[in-house]
Amino acid sequence: MASTKAKILNLVLKVWRQSGPKSEGKFVEYPAKGISTDASFLEMLDAVNEHIIADGGDPIVFDHDCREGICGSCGFMIDGQAHGPLRSTTVCQLHMRHFNDGDKIVLEPWRAQSFPIIKDLMVDRTALDRVVSSGGYVSVNTGCAQDGNSIPIRKRDADEAFEAATCIGCGACVASCKNASAMLFTGAKVSHLALLPQGQIEREERVLNMVAQMDKEGFGACSNTGACSASCPKDIDLTTIARLNREFVKATVNKHNTDQKLGDG
Amino acid sequence: MVRKLCFLTSTLGMKYLMGASGLIWVGFVMAHMLGNLLLFVSAEAYNVYGHNLTSGNIIYLVEGALIFSLSAHVIQGILLTLKNRKAKGTQYHVQAAGNKKTPWASRTMIFHGTIILFFVIYHLITFKFGTYYSVIINGTEMRDLYRLVVEVFSNPVYVVGYAICLLLLTAHLSHGVASMFQSFGFNNRAHDKKIRMVGLVYAFIVGGGFLIQPIYVYFLN
Repeated sequence: MASTKAKILNLVLKVWRQSGPKSEGKFVEYPAKGISTDASFLEMLDAVNEHIIADGGDPIVFDHDCREGICGSCGFMIDGQAHGPLRSTTVCQLHMRHFNDGDKIVLEPWRAQSFPIIKDLMVDRTALDRVVSSGGYVSVNTGCAQDGNSIPIRKRDADEAFEAATCIGCGACVASCKNASAMLFTGAKVSHLALLPQGQIEREERVLNMVAQMDKEGFGACSNTGACSASCPKDIDLTTIARLNREFVKATVNKHNTDQKLGDG
Repeated sequence: MVRKLCFLTSTLGMKYLMGASGLIWVGFVMAHMLGNLLLFVSAEAYNVYGHNLTSGNIIYLVEGALIFSLSAHVIQGILLTLKNRKAKGTQYHVQAAGNKKTPWASRTMIFHGTIILFFVIYHLITFKFGTYYSVIINGTEMRDLYRLVVEVFSNPVYVVGYAICLLLLTAHLSHGVASMFQSFGFNNRAHDKKIRMVGLVYAFIVGGGFLIQPIYVYFLN
């Protein structure tokens, strides 16, 4: 249902086109005419693709799934900003009312060595999945839902764990980081489980393994610029990175002490 | 099963070392700035302070620690920059503007860091290894560093050059001090803003305290 306030925009898109991971890419300009300000950014791209297909061209490839801002599938750079100019928003939830008639919009894929381009604006983010599978789980059976408050958890811990758990793994943190660091992502996964009782058993093993995998994937180091948190559609706090550092130092020291004790025995 | 991972060569460990080596210089610049404020007291106080600081063996220990930590800081800085550039690969065609833009100082640490390194070397050549003027205060022969300082800063080129380098040092500290807490893991939501404020205030005290000295000397003469 179109709102009565909807306006029509005529835009120009400058899009990164690359036919495969190994091929050379380049920017191509496309007109986006007659776009309603009520359309989402992806709906606008759908409309542009319809025209490209009608003209016998190859449509612009981009990742998407739920289009509700909760799955983490979509995402690319809009004018150098991950998920576009709005904070706390995925690109599917960004609407064209935030753009002006006549705008020229530059679209680029997430850039990171660990995120090889599949095609156009779609990148391979399985490096993040491998970081999660190296330690982002609990191996205890927690059974059915507990009675409320049967295991007391400090309110602040519960809140911070929940906020960390809202990470949808879209990769905007890596993409917006000048170092392509995955520390906000890994920090969120580590924080989420380290703050809750069921995460305690593998707490130290988890952080050591996840950092090892993160490094193995070739992600960069944190320069504390804050680009990740500013681009995060779920507003994951920068202090989760401090917690990751803290957990990592504690786990390293404890592992060293345990190894020495085992060595002595 | 815990995977093998060397702490100091891990991405997190490298940043830890970066912070630890920086911490020594964070303390040093403050001490250096405060000591130099004796310039405003008198030429005698300034020279006696310099004389007492350098006579005794403890100075060699301090200098050793400073050289060691600066080398570690520089090497880590270069290694991290190379690692990070490799991790990023291709740069974006357009840089972020608006509310996803990051602070300038945080993006350019290697840039001001490099200039500060050359500045430190040049600064040592100018003063520590500069002209030796002699003066006798209370019967003790000592170096007249005050005279050298006045001589150097009567040249406007030096004053402007120093001012630029000190502003870059302020920028470096404004990001570095707070980031050190972050790398060490000493940060949480309750203290985040305060830590950033402490870093900024620290940077401006050190930078400002240093900056007024060449300007004062220049306009005094």
